[in-house]
Amino acid sequence: MIEYMAKHPDKLLTPLIEHIEMLVITLLLSIVIAAIFCMISALVPFIGNVLIHFFSIVYSIPSLALFAVLIPVTGLGRTTAIVVLVVYNQYLLLRNFLAGFANVNSNVLEAAKGTGMTKIQVLTKIQVPLSKGAIFTGMQLAVVSTIGIGTIAASINAGGLGSLLFDGLRTLNTVKILWGTVLSAGLAIVVNGVLNVVKKKQEGG
Amino acid sequence: MNAITFTNVSKQFPKTNYKAVKSVSFEIEEGELVTILGSSGCGKTTLLKMVNRLYDPDEGDIVLFGENIRDVDPVVVRRRIGYVIQQSGLFPHMTIEDNISTVPKLLKWDRKKQQERCRNLMELVGLDYEKFHKRYPHELSGGQQQRVGLARALAVNPKIMLMDEPFGAIDAINRLNLQDELKKIHRETNQTILFVTHDINEAFKLGNRVMIMNEGKICRFDTPQNVIRQPGDAFTQSLVQSAMDQEKFWREYRD
Ligand SMILES: Nc1ncnc2c1ncn2[C@@H]1O[C@H](COP(=O)(O)OP(=O)(O)OP(=O)(O)O)[C@@H](O)[C@H]1O
Ligand SMILES: [Mg+2]
Repeated sequence: MIEYMAKHPDKLLTPLIEHIEMLVITLLLSIVIAAIFCMISALVPFIGNVLIHFFSIVYSIPSLALFAVLIPVTGLGRTTAIVVLVVYNQYLLLRNFLAGFANVNSNVLEAAKGTGMTKIQVLTKIQVPLSKGAIFTGMQLAVVSTIGIGTIAASINAGGLGSLLFDGLRTLNTVKILWGTVLSAGLAIVVNGVLNVVKKKQEGG
Repeated sequence: MNAITFTNVSKQFPKTNYKAVKSVSFEIEEGELVTILGSSGCGKTTLLKMVNRLYDPDEGDIVLFGENIRDVDPVVVRRRIGYVIQQSGLFPHMTIEDNISTVPKLLKWDRKKQQERCRNLMELVGLDYEKFHKRYPHELSGGQQQRVGLARALAVNPKIMLMDEPFGAIDAINRLNLQDELKKIHRETNQTILFVTHDINEAFKLGNRVMIMNEGKICRFDTPQNVIRQPGDAFTQSLVQSAMDQEKFWREYRD
């Protein structure tokens, strides 16, 4: 394995970088969209329930099937992969975020409302800072899920670590399969570790 | 001018088959301290929350200083009214100073004015600024938290204060101190205060007038002296009687 890395560093590095790119773009988009959904849900709570229900159904569809559905629209490649990953993440993020917001002590919420905060102010000034735990949990789940499902995206030419795995499977190259596995697991562990450090810092300060 | 006028106000919660507040009418003048007394579930909190539009009545009109609040944005109504709730409801992730400055911040006062106001308020409610302003609510005792809740509600010197059993969770001695401080604050600010309590002694000690509620209705609304002299209906009679029995109990023990 080490030999393979020494001989073809680019063959490992390129998929890894592609995977990280896919992860970063997916996470940023997912969080922005989830934040917008959260604001809408804060204004109209009913919509929050509908969204969670909808995304829970979508989440149960296998990724390959979703890729297939989207290919006629967004084509083969990374765009399709990212769209699917963002949609999956909405379930993980929204479920955790909204559960966190709902868990904030009702006295605190009533006091916030009573001082004359708007619904969006209650969300941003009170609910978000008091739900950091749930927010981080949602993001960590999204990271792991994105890295995992992201490997399957190689099947529609989206690149990333999945291409190592699929190449390895096709050519029965165990070293490639192992590298694909180690790198994607390693990536998940490192990113989770970083998030954990950030979480600890937040809680400390 | 009347500070608060209720006209035939009723409120029924969804999925219930009774009115929590039943066709209530009353007038309160500016500067009065009215205590609301009644047994659990009689509608005190519901009545209070209709004043700052945390609840909207199903029927009737609520007019504050000549303005029907149905026509005013709830957020605007609430920023004009101080609100203190039972469990203090302090924001656990904010310092005492930030808690007290909540409304000034919402109204975008400049920092210096905010800080100055916070200092004055903490002095007013008997908390040392230097000692406490940087602390978080969980680093305070229950009584100190209540004082912060009171200071937060007083921040922009609202003309109306709503207080829902603010001293409920406080020991007897601290409670007496807070009652005296509230009286002092009331004298200094001439605010109109609605003060809910379970405690008949507190209600009669603090109130210019006492509003006695039972099952969603007001059975008596008069000065403490008049209520004690002529309790009137059976419910008020039993309330006054229970207070007197208690007093007798203490006296017998002492003698
Ligand atoms: N959000 C709600 N939904 C349904 N019913 C409610 C709600 N809030 C209060 N009630 C009911 O309305 C009635 C009046 O309640 P309220 O909270 O005003 O009583 P209270 O006088 O403040 O009692 P306590 O002294 O225990 O605080 C009660 O029967 C209560 O069960
Ligand atoms: Mg109550």
